[in-house]
Amino acid sequence: MTGKNDNNWKVSEDSDGIVWLHLDKVNSKTNVLSARVLQEFADLIHGYSQSPPRGLVILSDKESGFIAGADVKEFNNFHTEEEAREAIERGHAIMNQLESLPCPTVAVLHGYTLGGGLELALACRYRVADDDFNTKLGLPEVKLGIHPGFGGTVRCLERVGPLKGMDMMLSGRNLSVRAAKKIGLVDYAVPRRDLREAARQSILNPPKQKPLPHWMKLLNHSRVRPWLAKLLIKKVSQKARRAHYPAPYALIDLWQHYASDRDKMLQEEAASVARLIIGKTAQNLIRVFMLQEQLKGLGRLEGYQPKHVHVVGGGIMGGDIAAWCAMQGLNVTIQDQRHESLAAALKRAYGLYKKRLKQTRRINAAMDRLMPDINGYGLVKADIVIEAIFEDVEVKRQLFREIEPKLKADALIATNTSSIPLEQLAEALNKPERLVGLHFFNPVAMMPLVEIVHGKQTSDDTRDKASAFAKTISRLPLPVTSSPGFLVNRVLMPYLIEAVTLADEGVPLKAIDQSATDFGMPMGPIELADTVGLDICLNVAEILSQDMAIDVPKILQDKVSQKQLGKKTDGGFYKFKKGKPVKPNVEKNYTAPTDLQDRMIMRMLNEIVACLRDGVVDNGDLADAGIIFGTGFAPFRGGPVHYIHDRGAEQLQKLLENLTHLYGERFQPDKGWSTLK
Amino acid sequence: MSANKKDNNMAEETPTKPKAPRRTSTRHRPVYIVDGSRTPQLKAKGKPGPFHAANLALSCGQALLARQPFEPSDLDEVIVGCVMPGPDEANIGRVVALRLGCGKKVPAWTVQRNCASGMQALDSAAKDISLGRAELVLAGGVEAMSHAPVLLNDSMVTWLGSWMSAKTLTARIKTLAQLRPSYLKPIIALLRGLTDPVVGLNMGQTAEVLAHRFNISRSEMDAFAVRSHQRLAAAQDNNSLTEIESLYDTRGHFYEHDDGLRRDSSIENLAKLRPVFDKPFGNVTAGNSAQVTDGAAMLILASEKAVEKYHLPVLGKIVDTEWAGLEPEQMGLGPVHASTPLLKRNKLKLEDIDFWEINEAFAAQVLACLKAWQDKDYCKTELGLSDALGELDQSRLNVDGGGVSLGHPVGASGARIVLHLLHVLERNNAKTGIATLCIGGGQGGAMLIERATG
Repeated sequence: MTGKNDNNWKVSEDSDGIVWLHLDKVNSKTNVLSARVLQEFADLIHGYSQSPPRGLVILSDKESGFIAGADVKEFNNFHTEEEAREAIERGHAIMNQLESLPCPTVAVLHGYTLGGGLELALACRYRVADDDFNTKLGLPEVKLGIHPGFGGTVRCLERVGPLKGMDMMLSGRNLSVRAAKKIGLVDYAVPRRDLREAARQSILNPPKQKPLPHWMKLLNHSRVRPWLAKLLIKKVSQKARRAHYPAPYALIDLWQHYASDRDKMLQEEAASVARLIIGKTAQNLIRVFMLQEQLKGLGRLEGYQPKHVHVVGGGIMGGDIAAWCAMQGLNVTIQDQRHESLAAALKRAYGLYKKRLKQTRRINAAMDRLMPDINGYGLVKADIVIEAIFEDVEVKRQLFREIEPKLKADALIATNTSSIPLEQLAEALNKPERLVGLHFFNPVAMMPLVEIVHGKQTSDDTRDKASAFAKTISRLPLPVTSSPGFLVNRVLMPYLIEAVTLADEGVPLKAIDQSATDFGMPMGPIELADTVGLDICLNVAEILSQDMAIDVPKILQDKVSQKQLGKKTDGGFYKFKKGKPVKPNVEKNYTAPTDLQDRMIMRMLNEIVACLRDGVVDNGDLADAGIIFGTGFAPFRGGPVHYIHDRGAEQLQKLLENLTHLYGERFQPDKGWSTLK
Repeated sequence: MSANKKDNNMAEETPTKPKAPRRTSTRHRPVYIVDGSRTPQLKAKGKPGPFHAANLALSCGQALLARQPFEPSDLDEVIVGCVMPGPDEANIGRVVALRLGCGKKVPAWTVQRNCASGMQALDSAAKDISLGRAELVLAGGVEAMSHAPVLLNDSMVTWLGSWMSAKTLTARIKTLAQLRPSYLKPIIALLRGLTDPVVGLNMGQTAEVLAHRFNISRSEMDAFAVRSHQRLAAAQDNNSLTEIESLYDTRGHFYEHDDGLRRDSSIENLAKLRPVFDKPFGNVTAGNSAQVTDGAAMLILASEKAVEKYHLPVLGKIVDTEWAGLEPEQMGLGPVHASTPLLKRNKLKLEDIDFWEINEAFAAQVLACLKAWQDKDYCKTELGLSDALGELDQSRLNVDGGGVSLGHPVGASGARIVLHLLHVLERNNAKTGIATLCIGGGQGGAMLIERATG
């Protein structure tokens, strides 16, 4: 059965008569199940079903992993539900044929085994996995607004039971190989060197497969399912609403109604995914995925590999940037004048590593890469220096003057300033072209975006290297011009200020936040302001108000002067208990103003239009990416610019004009609206 | 009381024959000390301290390497002295080298000569450099005494063995019935480590032996201890201990100074302490002994070639080293036995040495060394001299305190005193120094160093 040598799949047969199917997708670093890959696979499997070999092993020749999932780019090709359903059913047929091969089948897993990749592996009789930390298994479809669609819902639940299976698919979380072995998702977890032997032995001496424990089967009983489904829905609804994110609900429905009949459930799975995938939410989430890939692409730069980062300033931002860089494998020196700051930074780093890296050896390795450096020894050898001291032009200039002569000739100088124009800082440098802004967001370990701020003096080379650096530390680079507030803060601030104004007018805080989360924001603006810190909000607002039509509300100034700064002082707009805001309930007969949501959202949209007109970012896609990854702006809406087009620019401009009549100049539509129509 | 009088329980009665000075001091190639740093020394407080041994060595090594013009991977080897590495620190030298980022290709090893392990590391490095086997070496010592293990005794281990092999319930009950309370008595490895297994004396008792032999009074010892604290206090106040790199733990604390310092130390206070080794009539107390402490010191040694290649600044050079053996009961006189031939071989007199570091294991022990050199009888019979060597000027000895005030992390002290002596020489614009220490088991080590001048 050898001989047929396709582009993507390579076939070999060993002396035991076992056929080894190597997937090595052409022109790609990662394996994905494109239509072409699947078609070739279908042909191969069809052949084996006619004349079965002794056994079949499926493995990947890519270093990155087994298969990272379906080819998301192809998701945009579906115009109708029928088209989508046909494609999905083709996949179903292949997986069913693989499953029903009369010979033993084994999937050999390493690195990323996600989505369709894991579904394919689940259609094999056995799965053997590399026991390395980098092995990740998961069904993350829900993050794209769909659920598994190659029979994965059925096979995953059969393999690991409804509790673990639904949790995996509803959260979209990746499992470590250890967790996967524990729940029975893989049969063997062995060192990489033993993988092939494990696959061979699985065929020659097939291991017994343990059936699911009885109580787990009971949970699948048609009488129990509605009850469990209710619980699952309750849990899901705390994270996402049905109107915004239909996929998890569709998955629960699918299981609840069809789990008793395997064939029916497979059919309905295909129908459900077809419905979801052409829906707005899925299309927008796919758009967000593509935007993410686009940003990653901006960080691609051959031959640039920074190894040593020196961070000056051991405050929250500096410390957390340093900790993050060390976690990502760079050598980091962190400098501050005070031992206290360095000690606190190390403590936070240790907390982060404990949570994320788990194993003592890996925690220690990350701590070893993070060196407190009160004397600034690290400056001399650093590939990139990140300044994160307090916001004072003269102090920063002084620092740059001091450090520049000590640096390597090709070292990048970066500033984490959120408010000072780069050109002003660059005056202090002999080589101003190597100054770039790296604007991280708080908390660094949670926020995926870094604004790459280029001033007029910043060279293209510097900007590209800074983007590549961001990619090196697994952050998404967004190039922006050095104008006040850059992109994210500039767009966010009018929205926050309007929320505070509403609060000042007497609208209950909870109603304000509720209105924003109804729109799909991850957190209401009042809670966000408290979390960020009202002093920081005030500071940014005051800086922006020099160039923008922002009236800083008095209530904000009052809170700050009363030292009610938000979460960090356990009280701002809300009181905080154990880091959580206590939100007083809204009176029963209260009705919120009908334009509550519009007032907040429209200010944000108006500002993004202004940013586009000013050329802060190159295009609407980048603006959308920045706002989604920098603020968490309702991902299922596809980004603010996308949302404007979705609702109609002309209509929104009229809405702004109405608001201007009612509330004044701050709603005056930006000149840029005219070009959007 | 004659200096020759020996305790009744001495193993050998025959006086040791004075050794003829060995070999000449000429080396194949000169050995330079380029730079060095150490941690603050943290006093053990009855529980494991905040740092394991490897972390201590790593912290001072990181800072030291960060300020060098070369990369850690340019080192030819790493040598670490340590008496009791932790269970996860087998060949701690290699553990430290890898964690410092020296890379897989830099070999590393661990040396152990009890209290002189750190000095042994320097000597081993110097030997490799002088022989031309290495150009650039990171060497030093470390000890986390507060982490010394507590062990199960043999009866308990035997019992555990039978417990593991008891499979049935009855067998288990039977085995359980055999468990005796005495099995649970732990072995404190630190106390065992500080006891000489050959002659059965602990280190404090060897100090009592010397105090008795040289007629050193309790108040002399206490006065010496007070002076040690005063000198350390002055050194801290004057920021003289520039070789210290601060330590940071994972709980938000930092450590800048040797924390064993007692600024309130006085003869009156020390007089109140009870003897801990010869109870109840002895004189050696916790107050006039070295503290049990955690710490590390690391130095960079280089050949002339490496100095030129990387344009390294030079702190000084190791001129000569001497190791000597003597009765384990009198191990505290090790410095006398090691330094005397070193002086002789290099044609130096006591007063030719600008500054001395004699590690303070015990106040009594350092004082005994000074008295031995002034004792004509001792110098003749034990050291083979024709007369007493003379009096060592104590204003040039341990000028910034020593083990009594800042502790004696056994594996580290040998490296620490060499490093500190170089700084003392530099501060005083002086040239020659000897760092020397006594070694449990009856040995002495001494290193003659010279500051780079001109």
